Amino acid sequence: MPDNDTLLPHVPESRAVPKKRTRLSLVWFIPIVAALLGVWVAVTRILAEGPKITIVFRSAEGLEAGKTKINYNGVEVGLITTIRLSDDHQRVITTAQMEPKTEGFFVEDTKFWVVRPRISGATVSGLGTLISGAYVAMEIGRAREHRRDFVALDTPPVITGDIPGRFFMLKTPDLGSLDTGTPVFFRRLQVGQVASYEFEKDGQLLNVKVFVRAPYDQYVTPNTRFWHASGIDVSLSANGLNVQTQSVLSVLVGGIAFETPATGPALPPAEADTVFTLFNNRTDAFRLSARAPQTFVLVFKQSVRGLTPGAPVELRGIPVGEVLDISAQIDAKTFEFSAPVTISLDAQRFGVKIVDMQPGADFATVRRQMFDSLIAHGVRAQLRSGSLLTGAMLVAIDFFPDAAPATVDWSQTPVQLPTVPGALEGIEASVANIVKKLDQVPFKEIGGDLHVALAELNQTLLSGHRTLDNADKLIEPNSVLGTELGNTLQEVSRAARALRVLADYLERHPEALIRGKTGEAK
Amino acid sequence: MSTPAVTAMQRGLQTCEVCGLLSRPLPGEHAGRCPRCDGELEFRKPDSVQRTWAYLIAAAICYVPANLLPVLTTTTAAGAESDTILQGVVLLWSPTGWPLSLIVLFASIMIPSAKIVAMIYLLITVQRGSIANNAQRIRLYRMVEFIGRWSMVDVFVDAFTAALVQLQPLMSVAPGPGLFFFAAVVVLTMLAVESFDPRLIWDAVSVKEVRDA
Repeated sequence: MPDNDTLLPHVPESRAVPKKRTRLSLVWFIPIVAALLGVWVAVTRILAEGPKITIVFRSAEGLEAGKTKINYNGVEVGLITTIRLSDDHQRVITTAQMEPKTEGFFVEDTKFWVVRPRISGATVSGLGTLISGAYVAMEIGRAREHRRDFVALDTPPVITGDIPGRFFMLKTPDLGSLDTGTPVFFRRLQVGQVASYEFEKDGQLLNVKVFVRAPYDQYVTPNTRFWHASGIDVSLSANGLNVQTQSVLSVLVGGIAFETPATGPALPPAEADTVFTLFNNRTDAFRLSARAPQTFVLVFKQSVRGLTPGAPVELRGIPVGEVLDISAQIDAKTFEFSAPVTISLDAQRFGVKIVDMQPGADFATVRRQMFDSLIAHGVRAQLRSGSLLTGAMLVAIDFFPDAAPATVDWSQTPVQLPTVPGALEGIEASVANIVKKLDQVPFKEIGGDLHVALAELNQTLLSGHRTLDNADKLIEPNSVLGTELGNTLQEVSRAARALRVLADYLERHPEALIRGKTGEAK
Repeated sequence: MSTPAVTAMQRGLQTCEVCGLLSRPLPGEHAGRCPRCDGELEFRKPDSVQRTWAYLIAAAICYVPANLLPVLTTTTAAGAESDTILQGVVLLWSPTGWPLSLIVLFASIMIPSAKIVAMIYLLITVQRGSIANNAQRIRLYRMVEFIGRWSMVDVFVDAFTAALVQLQPLMSVAPGPGLFFFAAVVVLTMLAVESFDPRLIWDAVSVKEVRDA
């Protein structure tokens, strides 16, 4: 083995590389852990970020960016983050940061409103906001279309959430003392509320939306009547004084009551959003027919004083309709004044049943035939005084077999029904008749004759007077007649006594009749 | 500059930080035990720069959530409210409460960030072997070290409040997640300060002096 040094004398030595100490301190775990924690927090924060929505308010009163919560059924689901004015300064645009997993809340008909303390009639709500400040409440809609920008309601809806029940529409010309939240009563039990109201487009009628809670909503049938139960309803009508109230609450704050007539046919519960008429009071509600009443015209030739629209039409005391309208007309030829009175009749509505109606027969035809035969049997309309106290009149339909025959002309609209003069009118006519006859009596001649007769009577009386004077003289105490009469009477008295003695004796001794007096012999 | 100043390390000696005894380490060994008091002996703190960096970076990371997350959740009848440190500062800022607001601002936001920035500055200058402003830098280090012990004030206040204000159901206070990160920032900066060896500031000077000499 040759020496390396001798063979390769100039080979340099390799440089010794000192072992580099590449010790990574364990301490680096700390920033790594910190970074991981930070990333984790960030990720959860980002993941926890719910949707951002925009809500437009009319006013930001009570709202505060970063403070005002959005609640759904009392659960906080979001926070108002920014509040700014719209470009035209008319509205307030707020953005809200919602909680995660609330994406499904924001559909087309989701509603938002600000909850502030509200005292409206029967209900006090949002008292908690006195302390906590206003918050935004929401109601989740049922639509499918998603959206992220909303316009808040100006007034909170009365009915929120999924309270089971049904909405109904009531049409009324006058809101009265109703307001949103006004109670709805059924047999004086509060079963619902007025949800909202709005004018119809033409401004003639108000549509009042009421909510009736389940299970009471099933008592609302197509035949149900709704009426204003506001306050105390005192009415003075043909039926006398009438006071109607619901509960004390409704006296104070108003209300709506409903009831289904017991006499009507049993109907299934009404569909939601069925339209009803809101009557002024219970009487109206149960009197007026809401379906297809028949209108008739009655022409009265007498005064219709005391008859008002709404006055009842009665068939022997049973209400069958009501007076709709009263007008006046003058016949151009005869200058005869008459008052056509329009009435609505719906006997069935008032529980009057038509007997013997053929099944499947046309109701209008049956009714026509019925009216024809009724009128042939003397049915007439008559004005009658309903109440002596108020002087109110009513239209009575009754049987007058003696009335002049009449027929109904069905070609007219409305059909005219024959009338007879009213009871008072009849008396008046009779009195007039008597007066007329009295007029024909020759009072002048009678007067002359009477005068003569009276003169004769005077003479007669004078002679009578004399006669009586003579008679007086005859019977005065010292007159001859008087004395004679006294004696005669004494004689008669004595005779009578003797007769009694005789009778007594005969009674004791009847044999004396045959044998004669025997006692004296002893 | 006649004779360069001599440090213990230059002469291969170690100073015991506990009893001050100078000793010579065993050949080939960097660490040992003080023969007198059994304290740990090192020329310099091991991996000082690296450790300090690690703690600082961790502190800087924690500083972000500490300021973004709520530190205190107050539940009152009015509802729950979570406040971050900065929101607390804004909340306290009022004509009468502004000194308190300033204290919170300094103690909770400015000082932790200042500590982190100061330590980063020290680390960078040490790594670059800078010899400028040595006196100032050591003063800065001492300040940071001094302040460190007071940095937990916020955490203590929050902890006390949470423990004391438990008037269920009227009002209750609970610490928020930000508080834990804030505590982490304080602890990590203190650890960073602790692991930094101020002697490193002067090592560069010694090296230069030796080179110049």
